Amino acid sequence: MSQPTTNSNSPEAAPRRRGELTIFLGYAAGVGKTYKMLEEAQEARRQGRDVVVGYFEPHGRVDTIQRTEGLEMIPRRKLTYRGREFEEMDTAAILARHPEICAVDEFPHTNVPGAERVKRWEDVMILLDSGISVMTTMNVQHLESLNDQVRDITGIRVRETIPDWVVEQADEVVLIDVPPAALLNRLHRGAIYGKEKAQQALTNFFKESTLGALREIALRQTAHEVDLRQDGLSAAGPSRMVDSAERILIHVNESPATAALIRRGKRVADYLQADCFAVCVVPPGGMAALPKQDRETIERHLDFARKLRIETRVLQSAHAAEALVEFARENGVAQIFLSKPANRLAGWMRKNDLVMQVVRLANDRQVTVVAERRPVVF
Amino acid sequence: MGQTVRPTPEQLLKAVEAQERSARRGRLKIFLGYASGVGKSFRMFDEGRRRKIRGQDVVVAATQPSGSQASEIEQLLRGFEVIPATGDAEHPAINVPAVLRRRPQVCLIDGLAYENPPGSKNQNRWQDVEELLNAGISVVTSINLQYVTEKQPEVEAIRGKKVAESVPEAFIRTADEIEIVDAPPEYCVNRSGEKGVDPAEVERKLSELREIALVLAADVVDHQLEEYLHQQGIQQVYGTHERILVCVTPRSNASLMIHRGRRQADRFHGDLYVLYVQQGGLDSEDQKVIDANLEAARQAHAHVEILDGDDPVELILRFAAEHGITQIFVGHSQQRGWLSRWKANPVERLIMEAKGIDVRVFPHEPAHNELQLA
Repeated sequence: MSQPTTNSNSPEAAPRRRGELTIFLGYAAGVGKTYKMLEEAQEARRQGRDVVVGYFEPHGRVDTIQRTEGLEMIPRRKLTYRGREFEEMDTAAILARHPEICAVDEFPHTNVPGAERVKRWEDVMILLDSGISVMTTMNVQHLESLNDQVRDITGIRVRETIPDWVVEQADEVVLIDVPPAALLNRLHRGAIYGKEKAQQALTNFFKESTLGALREIALRQTAHEVDLRQDGLSAAGPSRMVDSAERILIHVNESPATAALIRRGKRVADYLQADCFAVCVVPPGGMAALPKQDRETIERHLDFARKLRIETRVLQSAHAAEALVEFARENGVAQIFLSKPANRLAGWMRKNDLVMQVVRLANDRQVTVVAERRPVVF
Repeated sequence: MGQTVRPTPEQLLKAVEAQERSARRGRLKIFLGYASGVGKSFRMFDEGRRRKIRGQDVVVAATQPSGSQASEIEQLLRGFEVIPATGDAEHPAINVPAVLRRRPQVCLIDGLAYENPPGSKNQNRWQDVEELLNAGISVVTSINLQYVTEKQPEVEAIRGKKVAESVPEAFIRTADEIEIVDAPPEYCVNRSGEKGVDPAEVERKLSELREIALVLAADVVDHQLEEYLHQQGIQQVYGTHERILVCVTPRSNASLMIHRGRRQADRFHGDLYVLYVQQGGLDSEDQKVIDANLEAARQAHAHVEILDGDDPVELILRFAAEHGITQIFVGHSQQRGWLSRWKANPVERLIMEAKGIDVRVFPHEPAHNELQLA
């Protein structure tokens, strides 16, 4: 990590530079993310840089704990929630101490209610804004756009997710790679969890094939992150080329498949470097005309899209398919993303199905029907 | 997805034979790096050290003069028994007979890509490694991306330099474990300390090499995963690797579909397949169109497949399942008429029946639509 040097003679004149963010990316507990982060912190300290540990989760791992030796640790902040005491990163204390570099474990962590910010990554953004460089750790399965795929592979829905745009902010994403067999060895030796918890982990999450698939995702994601950052390295300077020939519309409605559709559409848009809209069609009366439950569900889906930094639109029309296709034409959308019809439909019903209607109407647009991915059966 | 298929007796026999072979054979572990200075050698010897602590019998059969982390590596090396290389300093070779006589459990070989001196039994070091593995000795070794044969044209274009030595990707795929040694490019820039070169330019090049190395490792992992699942008799698509299948017909807007497919496959570091299901009674005009489309597909480095059968939808879906396809691109003719009210057209059927696969529908070129409506 190279810290931009500010002119120490005139601190007032120098604009405050944003700190650099480095993410150590892994695919499971125990691959060595925290270990690597602390090693880098030690290296920075040896080079005479001002480095502190803002948050560290020891998990009782001796090797890792040893890596903190000699590093300045910022004490955690104690918070009480429902009569229990929790410990969180003390962002205010780090800001007051204002080091050059701060190591923060577990980037996707959700703070206990009562903390200033909901997510640890929001705390990290504050540190970066104040000019502190941050190194942090996360597993690939916490990335929002991979949420469905990860559930398919592991059978587990990860709740603590990070929007992809947050990870995109990182100046550097470094992969911590360990083959699953080596990881399983560590687990058997009890180096990652205690013996009992290890047994439990082995039977669920830590199957060799599951780990292999997650590892492959982590490798590909890192390749993608590297690819994204090459634009900034070109002679022309940072230039995110947007491909307007690939503009994507994601259809939002009250269906439970919508969240997966939004993730998939956004992921494709990001990879193709295309713009992306989330569009919902409501009856002419507007949102108010919808039953309360549908309205709330749609609002939640639109909120979710906005959290992923997708532009949202609500259209009023009695005919959803026509409204979507018309919007696509007017806004230069190349691809319309829809969820697959729920069931095998009888002929007459199929003609009324939204997907089939859009496919028929969009004779000058592409339509992508996103299939539901089902959890893996072992 | 997620179906467990009972293996046939032949498959079981093959699996048992494979297991027996692999039980006798030593295990191969490869540390892959995208440039010198990322720390492959250090990681490799450190792994050797840890294995020794766990009680394995480890020797070193090849070392390299190392620029980065030289003192750390020297210190690590002091803890090992070293079987000295033969040949001279320019062309060192593993002393295979000596290693075989010594018969360690694990042999550390820094630098897999060396060419042996003229007159050696094997031309390449990786063939020596093969011998050790066959003798039941496990090998831990390191390789720089630039020596992987299949990646060399790409890598040479970036580096602007050629290297003589190479190791086929097929050999790397036989590794039981591959581990990528990843580090930010600036790491290598700082360590290499090259003078008179624009650091931003070096960093960009390193970044491109890094991307290639990561994708190579992902492909090896994908391949191993498939083999593993196959051995376990599990038919399973994880969808970790995007594979796009473009289905062409004489009427489809094939050039757009192939172009989009290629781009999407590239952006996702995935694979592109182009499939044509033969239709009887094509006139010569249509045949010309298909031939041109398939040629365009080959030009785009797609895997091209031509199949024959009565039920195109069924063939497409079977092909997709067999090849782990994640997206199907298909053309749609917008045809209307009384018949389509009752009978699902092929595109509708494909959408309904594709399990776990996205279907992207491309309208036919306007001229063709009119033709069909007429």
